[in-house]
Amino acid sequence: MSVNYIPAVFEVLRDTDRCIKCRACERQCANEVHYFDEDFDKMQVIEAQCVDCQRCVTICPTSALKIRKNQNEFREGANYPQKLIIENYLQAQTGAVLLSSMGNPVDLPVYWDKILINASQVTNPSIDPLREPMETKVYLGKKSLDIKRGDDGEIIPDTEYPQLELDVPIMFSAMSYGSISYNAHESLARAATQLGTFYNTGEGGLHKDFYKYGPNTIVQVASGRFGVSKQYLDQGAAIEIKMGQGAKPGIGGHLPGKKVNADVSQTRMIPMGTDAISPAPHHDIYSIEDLRQLIFSLKEATEYKKPVMVKIAAVHNVAAIASGIARSGADILVLDGFRGGTGAAPTRIRDNVGIPIELALAAVDQRLRDEHIRNEVSVVVAGSVRSSADCVKAFALGADACYIGTAALLAIGCHLCRSCHGAKCNWGIATQRADLVRRLNPDFAYKRLVNLVHAWDHEIKEMMGGMGINSIESLKGNRLMLRGVGLNDRELEILGIKHAGE
Amino acid sequence: MKRVYVNEERCLGCHLCEYWCAYANSGEKDIMTAFKLGKDATPRINVEDDGDVHFAVQCRHCDDTPCVKACITGALSCNDGVVEINRDKCVGCYTCVLTCPYGCIVIDKKNGGKTVTKCELCTDNSNGEPVCVRECINGAIVFEER
Amino acid sequence: MNYVIIGNSAAAIGAIEGIRAYDKDGSVTLISDEKYFTYSRPLISYWLKNSVTDENMKYRDPDFYEKNNVTTMLGETVTAISANEKTVTTASGKTIAFDKLLCATGSKPFVPKTEGYEKVKNVFTFMKFDDAKAIKEVLTADSKVLIVGAGLIGLKAAEAVHEYTENITVIDLADRILSSILDEDAAKIMQTHISDKGVTFKLGTSVKVFSENSAELQNGETVDFDILIMAVGVRPNTELVSAAGGKVNRGIITDKTQLVDGLKDIYAAGDCTESIDITTGDSKILALLPNAFLQGEVAGKNMAGNLCYYVNAIPMNAIGFFGLHIITAGSYTGDTYVVTDGENYKKLITKDDKLVGFILMGDVDRAGIYTSLIKEHIALSECNFDLLKDKPLMAAFSKIRRNKKLAESH
Repeated sequence: MSVNYIPAVFEVLRDTDRCIKCRACERQCANEVHYFDEDFDKMQVIEAQCVDCQRCVTICPTSALKIRKNQNEFREGANYPQKLIIENYLQAQTGAVLLSSMGNPVDLPVYWDKILINASQVTNPSIDPLREPMETKVYLGKKSLDIKRGDDGEIIPDTEYPQLELDVPIMFSAMSYGSISYNAHESLARAATQLGTFYNTGEGGLHKDFYKYGPNTIVQVASGRFGVSKQYLDQGAAIEIKMGQGAKPGIGGHLPGKKVNADVSQTRMIPMGTDAISPAPHHDIYSIEDLRQLIFSLKEATEYKKPVMVKIAAVHNVAAIASGIARSGADILVLDGFRGGTGAAPTRIRDNVGIPIELALAAVDQRLRDEHIRNEVSVVVAGSVRSSADCVKAFALGADACYIGTAALLAIGCHLCRSCHGAKCNWGIATQRADLVRRLNPDFAYKRLVNLVHAWDHEIKEMMGGMGINSIESLKGNRLMLRGVGLNDRELEILGIKHAGE
Repeated sequence: MKRVYVNEERCLGCHLCEYWCAYANSGEKDIMTAFKLGKDATPRINVEDDGDVHFAVQCRHCDDTPCVKACITGALSCNDGVVEINRDKCVGCYTCVLTCPYGCIVIDKKNGGKTVTKCELCTDNSNGEPVCVRECINGAIVFEER
Repeated sequence: MNYVIIGNSAAAIGAIEGIRAYDKDGSVTLISDEKYFTYSRPLISYWLKNSVTDENMKYRDPDFYEKNNVTTMLGETVTAISANEKTVTTASGKTIAFDKLLCATGSKPFVPKTEGYEKVKNVFTFMKFDDAKAIKEVLTADSKVLIVGAGLIGLKAAEAVHEYTENITVIDLADRILSSILDEDAAKIMQTHISDKGVTFKLGTSVKVFSENSAELQNGETVDFDILIMAVGVRPNTELVSAAGGKVNRGIITDKTQLVDGLKDIYAAGDCTESIDITTGDSKILALLPNAFLQGEVAGKNMAGNLCYYVNAIPMNAIGFFGLHIITAGSYTGDTYVVTDGENYKKLITKDDKLVGFILMGDVDRAGIYTSLIKEHIALSECNFDLLKDKPLMAAFSKIRRNKKLAESH
């Protein structure tokens, strides 16, 4: 064995005056950072194994623990920051592709934070959502162009195309059973049901236990076609074809065989212990025409009763691609930005491939409008919608609804340690280890999800009210409600917004 | 009658309930003091671990009360469904240890085993509600009617 | 309804609580030859060594009789029961009528006939409060105490006396101490533990002849003493029931409701009765406080017209000497599993896929889980016996049984 070049990323600080040696930290750390040293009668740590998930810090009954970045520093250098040096060491050691999880943490522009929202003053009244009706319900799906009226002059409801009815304009994005735990799935399903919105199975199939949440489930069909059957399609309220994922555009997925336990195997319909490999492309889709075939195969299989969604990663020609998808018969288009989360992705891909969702959304909405096909599809945005303010900005840029993934996981305890690929999630979310999964109590978790979305919904209403707008429908694509700060002309042009002060 | 139950599917085996219980019944000012300076507060709840199976056990406050019936001194009694112990009367004969089918009478090692102690649903301390229930990090311990 | 209870210890108190659980109004009369408020007999050794106050000798709260509306006749000895007339007669000539009668007459010390015994002045038995009080009167730091009998009573007496003097000799005919509850190895550990405190044992021998202050043993040795405590054994007080026509073997024979065989409306409970040891199937006297209480409670409930049975009796003991504790239960014939480190001792006895008995010494934590295995006839093949061998754990039970025990209301 040679010298290990890789230093611990974190320091675990223990206040021994406070520590009562209850060993809860030791029992609860799947990374085996803490241990009790009988010789010294005290707790010790192996810092190199710490991922800063904060589990021990959170449960410590005496608040004796703190974790911080390793204060040890390599010589500074802007070109080769410490992180990059260590990554090179790691690859020299293993010869492997670097793996990461969750969303892109690199310091690239977050356009949401450079966009500001308008409010009414004097000339148009703002609305108090606590006193006046405020509509955040939205319908997703293709819309008819004509308004039909009966003999009595009343509008006849548009029932030509299947719609998804969302009581709140927020859905839980695709996270597969396999990448996240049974309890996490149960929490999302129950929350979606209570909220009157939808969660998404991801590409891992649907556990039979969750069939009962079918009316609030979007079933995904991805390149590996895991878990796809007639029964599966029938369960969902909508079907989503996953063409790409924001965190890793252009590549497929890989669930290692060790995570394919009996339950996951049944749900994915693959043998136990085998690697579940989702190919980079759908092997039957090489054109918009091929995509159209799959869309209509799925519609045929479900008697045209369910909207079919197509999800793509936000990449360079996203507007043109979106136009093609809108013409392919899809009812809903999902755009996933480059800061979207993942259970595992090659680091270089996650951090360097794709484009910001804000720009993609603006470009797509504009293109579809320019081509007069905006009614053909609803547009849902994903890929780091972090708050109700991001939602409001997304609606004003043209989104019909938002998907939240990372924010939803935060609600149920994720501390964004970005170690999902290790499969030892101490919060019971991104793991299949029974002892860890148990740590996520769905009875608590689903309520937290409901709380989060209710809170966001309330804030959305507040912000809309401030603008004098009383429904998502009236906000949608209303870019006059947005202004940029610190953006250049090109960025403002793509976003289709004016600069603050204009 | 509300009693404390443990949902085995939810118990993580973190043993924190033992520490909170011991502290709550120690009379010390904070949880640290209860376990420092040579003090080693005795919990009345006991977490069992067997591989992936974990669950906390404490007095069931059962209707049958074999411990009360076996008590040679009258130190144990059942009042309004709560099995209570008068430590002043207990002589540490352990007949209750012999008869409790759940193994929930705790020998108070802190006083050299001179008496036993047991869960009294935190009716004898200042918490007002079972502290194991309140502090369980995973909602595994519940206080409810069944 | 007119209830009469003879006796004032665990079985009698159990009966009162049993009766009052169903009948709040009937009259309850308690007759006892002792003048004391109900007290705990096993506590006399604790009282003698000054670790229990007079007040804490009370087995129930001081308002127990009033709260349960019991008429007491303390210091009154029952001399006869008339089963036909349904009355009891006392030594002071009173006749008390009953509808339901409970005999909880307990037992008395057995003193074997020994040559010269009548010459001994300071001789005591060790069963009642008065015995302990009498011993305390004469006990000094210079006392030389001879205890005949190395059983539970003899050794508890030794422990109490040790508070005053270390000059204690215990003799027993058996070749080991506590022969009724311990095997040889466990007995040896306990004997060493007690000997270390200064108590001298003479085992496998008995007193051949007493003189006023010494005893000549069968093995030829002579032991000097100034206080003699006889703790050879006890005999059940069955005479009243026997004379009334009830069936008596060694103890009074009852059915599962504690009704005396051959009599109507007359029940018996406690150390004067026999019960079926489920680990062997034999009818025997199980002279233990918990059993007495439970028998009394069952008798009381039946006397009040509520049918219930006393079943699942087993011999069991929890006792400690000089800080070393023993918990035992059941019978000791079968396959054995033994672990000992010289101080702690554990023996589990299994037979036909069941735990039938155990001996624990030292580490006795959670022993009741073992007891429950015996009492509930739980098949070992259904449990994780390897886990149980290590220590008593609820985790050793099957998940279904565990849920039944822990997740359901009891």
